[in-house]
Amino acid sequence: MNLLDFARGPALQWSLVIFVVGVLWRLLGVLLLRTRKDLSEPRQAAAWKGLRLIALRSWPRKEFLGGTAFGEVMGYAFHIGFLLTLFFYVPHVLFFADIARGLFGTDLHGLTGLHWPTLPNGVVTLLSAISIAALVAVLIHRIVNPVKRLISNFDDYFSWLVTIAPLATGMAAFAHLGGWPYERLLAVHLLSAELLLVWFPFGKLMHAFTIFVARGSTGMLFERKGASL
Amino acid sequence: MTETTPTTREPDPLEFDKPRVSIRKPEHRFDSQGETPDASRVERAMNSFVRDFGRTAAVYMESCIHCGMCAEACHFYEVTQDPKYTPIWKLEPFKQAYKREYGPFAFVYRALNLKPKVTVDELQQWQHLLYDSCTVCGRCSLMCPMGIDIASLVSQARHGMFKAGLVPHELAAVTERARREGSPLGATPKVFADRCEWLSDEHDVEITIDKPRADVLCAMSSIEIMKYPESVVATARIMRHVGADWTFRLDGYEATNFGLLTGDAAAQKELTLKIVHAAVACGAKVVVLPECGHAYTALRWMGANMYGKPLPFRVLHIAEFLAEQVRTGKLRLRKLGKTVTFHDPCQLVRRGGAIEAPREVLQALGVELREMYPTKGANWCCGGGGGVVAIHRADELRHKVFKIKMEQIEETGAELPVTSCANCRQTFDDGQAHFKWDKTMHSLLELVADNLVEDAQ
Repeated sequence: MNLLDFARGPALQWSLVIFVVGVLWRLLGVLLLRTRKDLSEPRQAAAWKGLRLIALRSWPRKEFLGGTAFGEVMGYAFHIGFLLTLFFYVPHVLFFADIARGLFGTDLHGLTGLHWPTLPNGVVTLLSAISIAALVAVLIHRIVNPVKRLISNFDDYFSWLVTIAPLATGMAAFAHLGGWPYERLLAVHLLSAELLLVWFPFGKLMHAFTIFVARGSTGMLFERKGASL
Repeated sequence: MTETTPTTREPDPLEFDKPRVSIRKPEHRFDSQGETPDASRVERAMNSFVRDFGRTAAVYMESCIHCGMCAEACHFYEVTQDPKYTPIWKLEPFKQAYKREYGPFAFVYRALNLKPKVTVDELQQWQHLLYDSCTVCGRCSLMCPMGIDIASLVSQARHGMFKAGLVPHELAAVTERARREGSPLGATPKVFADRCEWLSDEHDVEITIDKPRADVLCAMSSIEIMKYPESVVATARIMRHVGADWTFRLDGYEATNFGLLTGDAAAQKELTLKIVHAAVACGAKVVVLPECGHAYTALRWMGANMYGKPLPFRVLHIAEFLAEQVRTGKLRLRKLGKTVTFHDPCQLVRRGGAIEAPREVLQALGVELREMYPTKGANWCCGGGGGVVAIHRADELRHKVFKIKMEQIEETGAELPVTSCANCRQTFDDGQAHFKWDKTMHSLLELVADNLVEDAQ
């Protein structure tokens, strides 16, 4: 078994298993905890309207924008670049279709009923480059900014590493960098993505799921009281 | 290791001749209570912190991405630029303990010793961050991009600190006094009754006490009783003006709840239940709370949960009561014709949801309201909430924070600063004296009582 076979075979399977089981374990570990019924008389009965905080908190209130604009802009830049690259780069879509066929016996179209759109390679390259640049900027900010430096721990730096790694190795594979054979570059790229999957449930990357629960819970609690969202 | 309170110590003397009410500045601070060994203190703190951990708090603990943006919302960080005042950092030992002892992967953290055990020294250092430099104002909760209600976690951490016997000297002293005497600041039932009698004679107003049945039960805060007794008179005048069937009761007149501020959940419950039982005893349909932000949180939003069932009466802050009386036309006010700016008490407005009620009352007073920037939910805290104003060693930092309020108010150019919280008011009085500022904070309640139409006739 060569490196690419390993990356496409057991490494992929095990990383997916760890990802799914780990995410479920961590999510259910908190979601299944009890909640106490709030017996106070609500100011506003329709607390569910507070779920709008999920969308509302995607951008800070104008009063807070000054000091947080850098983090917000850079955050959006790398998230958008990363996600568009992940889901709309042609080889990624083909790869996902392969996995879908392996798992469910049908391609993405058969599975979702959607024609999965793709982005031109040039656009994806640009998006990846923006994402990498923004990630480098947030790392420098984390090291230079006294607040972020103080509150950072291993998770912050390692999560950064496993996020930038697939982008960097993907760009390297696309550009055939380093004189390595393409297969080896591709294997390294796959392994870096699998590292991200393995780390995902254990560190802060989990915010991809918990963000909705945290914002939604706070939104409903605050809306019930008529408090500021 | 700081000094531990000796069990035989006399209660700390209270101090009433200063702009803020607290115990007299202690010669020796005792910021540890009880004789518990260090290891047990840590264990108690952490057990208490995680014991009440429900789903929401656990989700918060799992969600922080260490973006540091909460610092931008905190007044203590704003004026010092010291990263230790980053709100989420104030919870660091408790976050560590959560991951190690309670989270879904706690077994991994423990097995590999990834998060070291929290030490008593750390908790003692964090006392400054959890008490002296956090007013639990919740401005950070409004900023957090993950939607974490950081202030609620600070309150929970304070429960842990109380269990560990690691509460600042002043807060421990006044909470202890509240449990022993029924009031944190010496406003015992006898003192309150005497004051009411004296105020009644002095101001020629009937102050009803211990009526067996009444629709409205009024409560006061100890700051008002001891420092702003005009508020008691104002309450009585307004109740008479609107024709309310009302009373104070000596078994439940004190709305101040230092149990909430200290993290002493048992004391909090005890103090809350006094008012609840008094209201039930007189068949009150409404309990009107005084101008006190945390009293509002304690009864309006936590009272039923302490009682164990829905409260059989409505709970209104006095500003909400006044707004209702304006709406029904029972409260008729002279037009003040002045420019006013309103300081939003955090527990009443940002976290309590009574955002417009005080403004409706001001509108009825015919003032020109000049809003501060920022205002309402995003307004800056006065710096004295959450018990901070009572802590002597926090004075220097609190005064720095107060400069934000002075600048905000000056920028409005308004003649009268007004608020609806006696704790904010005494923080302003203290700040005014410290900076020799020419602006005095006014009480909305007293402003209304001074401008009742019948008084003019």
